[in-house]
Amino acid sequence: MAFSSLNEFFAMGGHGLYVWGAWGITALLMLVIVWHARQERSQLLKSVKRRVRRQNAHSQSTQVPVNSAQRDVRNDA
Amino acid sequence: MWAFINKLRSPKWFYSISAKLQPWFWAAAALLLLVGTVWGLAFAPADYQQGNSFRIIYVHVPAAFLAQSIFVSMAISGLVFMVWKIKVADMAATVMAPLGAAMTFVALFSGAVWGVPTWGTWWMWDARLTSMLILLFLYLGVIALRGAFNSRDSGSRAASVLAMVGVINIPIIKYSVDWWYTLHQPASFTITGRSAMPMEMWAPLLIMVLGFYCFFIALTLMRTRSEILRRETNKRWVQELVEEVR
Repeated sequence: MAFSSLNEFFAMGGHGLYVWGAWGITALLMLVIVWHARQERSQLLKSVKRRVRRQNAHSQSTQVPVNSAQRDVRNDA
Repeated sequence: MWAFINKLRSPKWFYSISAKLQPWFWAAAALLLLVGTVWGLAFAPADYQQGNSFRIIYVHVPAAFLAQSIFVSMAISGLVFMVWKIKVADMAATVMAPLGAAMTFVALFSGAVWGVPTWGTWWMWDARLTSMLILLFLYLGVIALRGAFNSRDSGSRAASVLAMVGVINIPIIKYSVDWWYTLHQPASFTITGRSAMPMEMWAPLLIMVLGFYCFFIALTLMRTRSEILRRETNKRWVQELVEEVR
């Protein structure tokens, strides 16, 4: 350990502002980068899912006449 | 060999192999950065001249290494894309540029902050500092150029060319401290040669450098996968894959 107390550690021999400032900005930027990458991935997965769902809905809607015809028959009965 | 190259061409293959590699690089990055931070901030001895302000080296040097390495990686990816038309290489180059710009910013910022107590100034139009600032502008240029075309392919090719031309700046940055008389100190750290620093200062720096590289690899894998999802949304395999995730 290069420091004898916690206060000394934070003070960094009078250079605390410089040392903690440089490390703080670096750490903050790296965390934001990771957060953004996670956000980006989940957004993309969602949008692909949405597209798949829309396509499925579309392919089902072409089958609707058959379904509605069946339902009509049942209603008539 | 050709079979391997053909595999590399396939975004699907890349997507599955990167999923296996990614967690290892994230874990290594987290571990190395944690150990390097604690060691560098709390346990490494203070410098006999600079006191504790020298601890900025543990973010400054790894960021500067990465800033240059990412540019070279981006230029190589651009070359691979131009010569072999491998789309994944272009996707990787796309996601590398913002990280490279961020790392260049970190190197410049931490250097400026470090300059105040050691040189008495936060900026000088010194060869090393100026060539790093040019690197930042090159990164921003590559990002802007990619977005400046209506067709993605034109943007990709323009960005690749700028990256390949801009790589000239990398040896200029490296040798700037030897070619010109500058305020910036010459390299205090090399991976290959013997270092002027004592082991207790040098070891945490090596750990931080490795941590930053693992971070770069992990993030590039992750974001290249996202880029694949973005560009291949209409491909059947992507849509099937999303079904499985749910």
